[in-house]
This record gives sequence, structure tokens and C-alpha cells, in this order.
Amino acid sequence: MSALRTSRPARFGQYVALLAYLVFLAFPFLWLISTAFKPAPELASLHPTWIPKDPTLANFRQAFDEQPLLRAAANSLVAAVAAAVIAVAVATPLAYVTARHRGRLASAATGWVVISQAFPFVLVIIPLFLILKNLHLINSVLGLVLVYVVWSLPFALWMLTGYVRAVPAELEEAAAVDGAGRLRTLVSVTAPLLLPGIIATALFAFVTAWNEFFFALVLLKTPEKQTLPVVLTHFLGAEGVADLGPLAAAAFLATLPSLVVFGFLQRRITGGMLAGAVKS
Amino acid sequence: MSSATATKRPGRTRTPRAAHGTRPRGPDFGAWFLVLPALLPILVLSVGPLLYGIALAFTDAQSGRTRATGWVGTLNFQDLLHDTLFWDSFRIGVVWAVGVTVPQFLLALGLALLLNQKLRFRWLARALAIVPWAMPEVVVGIMWRLVYNPDAGILNETIRNLGLGEGRDWLSGLATALPAVILVGVWAGMPQTTVALLAGLQNTPHELHEAAALDGAGAWRRFRTVTWPALRPVALAITALNLIWNFNSFALVYVLTNGGPGGRTRLPMLFAYEEAFRYGQFGYAAAMGCVMIAAVSVLIALSLVRRLKGDQDR
Repeated sequence: MSALRTSRPARFGQYVALLAYLVFLAFPFLWLISTAFKPAPELASLHPTWIPKDPTLANFRQAFDEQPLLRAAANSLVAAVAAAVIAVAVATPLAYVTARHRGRLASAATGWVVISQAFPFVLVIIPLFLILKNLHLINSVLGLVLVYVVWSLPFALWMLTGYVRAVPAELEEAAAVDGAGRLRTLVSVTAPLLLPGIIATALFAFVTAWNEFFFALVLLKTPEKQTLPVVLTHFLGAEGVADLGPLAAAAFLATLPSLVVFGFLQRRITGGMLAGAVKS
Repeated sequence: MSSATATKRPGRTRTPRAAHGTRPRGPDFGAWFLVLPALLPILVLSVGPLLYGIALAFTDAQSGRTRATGWVGTLNFQDLLHDTLFWDSFRIGVVWAVGVTVPQFLLALGLALLLNQKLRFRWLARALAIVPWAMPEVVVGIMWRLVYNPDAGILNETIRNLGLGEGRDWLSGLATALPAVILVGVWAGMPQTTVALLAGLQNTPHELHEAAALDGAGAWRRFRTVTWPALRPVALAITALNLIWNFNSFALVYVLTNGGPGGRTRLPMLFAYEEAFRYGQFGYAAAMGCVMIAAVSVLIALSLVRRLKGDQDR
């Protein structure tokens, strides 16, 4: 940074711009939190304030009374954890092969990752709906997990391939020279170095599944099977008239898990995206 | 932030030799063994349905009688050609995709450049930039409905406080609905774009910047001659992806307006979803999906052509 000295007015401008960004990014979220803690009379007031004058937890209680939030959260948790674990277990070997062998398979895998980003999901969900219906997996979390696994595979593969490439192949060669077999090398040399990347990828897959809405909306029919995002939309009511307080409270709660995970992940995800992006 | 990956980059040049080094263990049964667990679900639950979906577009499949479906040739596509509602929604999809992607890119570029500077509170911006990314789209939609709420929302209250009038019901106004949802789209997708661009920025060699600065190049010249050329590949890739993602988006607008008012925000995905799962017209909806994927393919082809051209220019 030494040669690049920024002039004082320019620095000032930068801080003004940064402040504008901070406000733009933060205000809807702050408003959500503010609404979640406001008692009903304040919500009905025509002059809403940023800070609740009389903060309350009543909205949270009411939210749990109105909709099966706990069960929805449990469904979401099961779907997201299962999807993340399976996706990573399945993607890691493939990522290893695509990273180490540059051949037709590797380019096919990369091509599929790119193409999968362009799917209009409606084209995929209709056949999936029919297939899962024949397997009696409509309105079942298992069916949803299957869909989530496949859906998160491309990105998992993308991230993991980057992480594999970051493990120096020399280490594996050295192990091979020392007489370790392929499996032995994989398990005792590569896997431990890969573990942080695997965890990051799994967490990312978890958040994606936790937040997913479209597939869950189509595949889960009854309230007791539905995941959190789908149940949240029930608060909106038929005519879009909503009970603002409980709606805000439930929405705020639904965000917390992914927010915590993402907080942990921030650096790793950027690293993973980078690794996938610049090295492919 | 990315220093760990950046320093490992030289590893790339060694990989081909490494691949040789691990290979002489006989034919690659091992590789196939490793690949199958991923390949199988991909084929059964991704490639298969995609092809099946394309095939459905040529049938009259409906949700009630999926088994006895008849082949109808290109009938669905002919109907689609004359379906003005669909083309309205297609046009809205394009306006939405471009309307979100372009401002989003410019804002993200600005933020990425700022975050690449040594500014105080930049950690706060980085942390905040994660929030929209981590939120379920449904929550983002709900949150902005609270902001846009005509009476209890902060937007109208701010307008009233600034003496700019009474405010309005943004999401139900025929003229304001689409711009209002576009703003939400910009907000929701900005972080991802920022992170991608920031990653690209941190890969640009700092020495070049210093050299250019010593030569007396101003900020704008440095951006044009050093930063932008290095950033261009990432910028093009993320823009193409954003256009595709936005064109195919669903949840945000479903929660914000559900396509209303009067279809003014009915994105193609919302249209196809209703056709398939409200009216049960699977074949017709699949045809819509085909048209969408065709449109997106054109975009991919165009960006690939540009990229190839760019490679030649160099």
C-alpha cells in the first residue's frame, strides 16, 4: 500500500461511500429485528419508530402458537444435515478424480457443473415430481433430501476440486514412493489435509438446503412435513394480509442458523470459491 | 482474505507431472470406483429428469393422468408461440434479469473496490455483506415486505419524515411493483457478486498498481489499465451467471408479490410453476422450461464467443 497514498478528500469520499453501503445493507435487516420486538399497538401505529418503545417477546410466542415452527425447523434440520453429509460424501471422491486426472471425465464434470447452473428448475422439478411420486416419496423429507443432494452436488464438486488442487500432489507421490498404496495414501495423507475444505463444503451445502424454497414448496404437501421456509409463507395469509409481528419474529428466527454458520464460513467460502474459480 | 489460496497457486503448474506420478498403478479401476457414487445420482436425478423434462414438453402430460400421456409433437410450442401472457412474462423476466444484474454489478464493484482499501470499519461491511447471502430468500422477501408496508413500513415513514409526500403501496402499484422487486433483487444478490469481485481484485498483482502509481497514473487510469483487465474474466463470468440465475429466480418474487399486481412481476418461473402445479399442465409447463433453457443457452453461447474472442485478442 506504500506507494498508493490516497489524498484526504478521496479518503473522505471513500468513507462516505462505505457508510452509504453499510446503511443500504443493514437497514432492512435492522427493520426486521425492530418489527419482531414491537408490541401490537406499536405495529398498528401510523408512525413507526426504529427502536421499539416497549419491546416484547409476545410476537415470538404468538409465532410458535400460530404455525408449527418447531416441527418445521426439525424438518429443515434433518433435510439440510442429511443433504450436506451425503452430498459431500458423494462429491469428494469425484472431486479428487477431477482434480488429479485431467481427462474426458474431468471436463465432463466441469461441463456439467456449468450447465447445471443454467437449469430452469421447473424443467427438472416436473419429471422429479413424477419420479418421486412413483417411488411414493412425495411429501417425504427423504424425497427432498435426494433432490437436495443432487442439487448441491455441482457447487460441492466445484469447491472440493479447488481444495484438492490445493493439496500438493508431491505429498501423495512421496507416500507412493514410500510404498503406500493408493487407498492408504488417500486416507492417511490426503484426507486429513482436505478435512477443512470438506467441512466448509458441507456447511455450505447445509445452508443452501436450509434456505431452499422451490423444491420444498412443490414436494411437501402437508404442514407437518414442510420445511421452515415453506411454513414461513403461511404467515402471509391468503390475501397477503399478514400479522406483521409474528411474521417478523419467525422470519428472524429462521435466519439465525444460517447466519451463524455463514459467519464461521465467511473466509472459507471465499477461499473455496477462489480455489474453484481460478484453478479450473 | 484469500492469501492462503493465492500462495498455493504455483501448485497448478506441477499438477500434470503429479498426475503421471500417481498413475502407474495399473488401469484406472480406482478412478471409476471413486466416481460412480457421484455419477449415479447425477444421472438418475439430474441428467435423467432434464431429458425427461424435455421429452414431456412434446406430450400432453397433465398432473391427473400422467401415465396415459400422448405424444403431441410441437403442439405445446405452437400454443406457447401464441400465448401472449407467456411472452409478457418472458419480457418481464428479461427486464428483471438485466434490471437486477447491471446495478448489482456496479454497486458490487464499488463495494469490492472499497473493501480492497485499507479502511476502518471495513470488517463491518464485510460482515454485513454476508447477511443477505446467508438469509433464506423467503426471509429476504418477508423482510422487504415489512420495509415496503404502506402503513407500518420504514420506507414510507422515511418519505413522510422527509416531507416527500405520503408514500405509497409500492408492491401493489402497477408502475412501482417491478422496480420495487428489482431493488430487492439487487440487495439480495449484491454480496455474492461483491465477494467474487473482491476475490478477483485480490488476485491482481499489487506491484503493477504501485508501478502505475509511480508513473503518475491517477486512480481512474490505474483502474482502467491495471485493475479492470485483471478483473475482466471474473466480472464477465459472474455477470453471465447472475443473468441466468436472475432470469430463473422464483422464491423472492413469489413471496414479495406472487407475480402481481396484474401479472406485472410474473417472472417466467412463476408462470411455469402455476401452469404446472396449479393447473396441472405438465407438458405445457415443460415446454416453457425448454424455451427458458434455450434463451439461457443463447446467453451462454454468446459469453463463450466473447471469451474466445478475448483470448484471441491477447
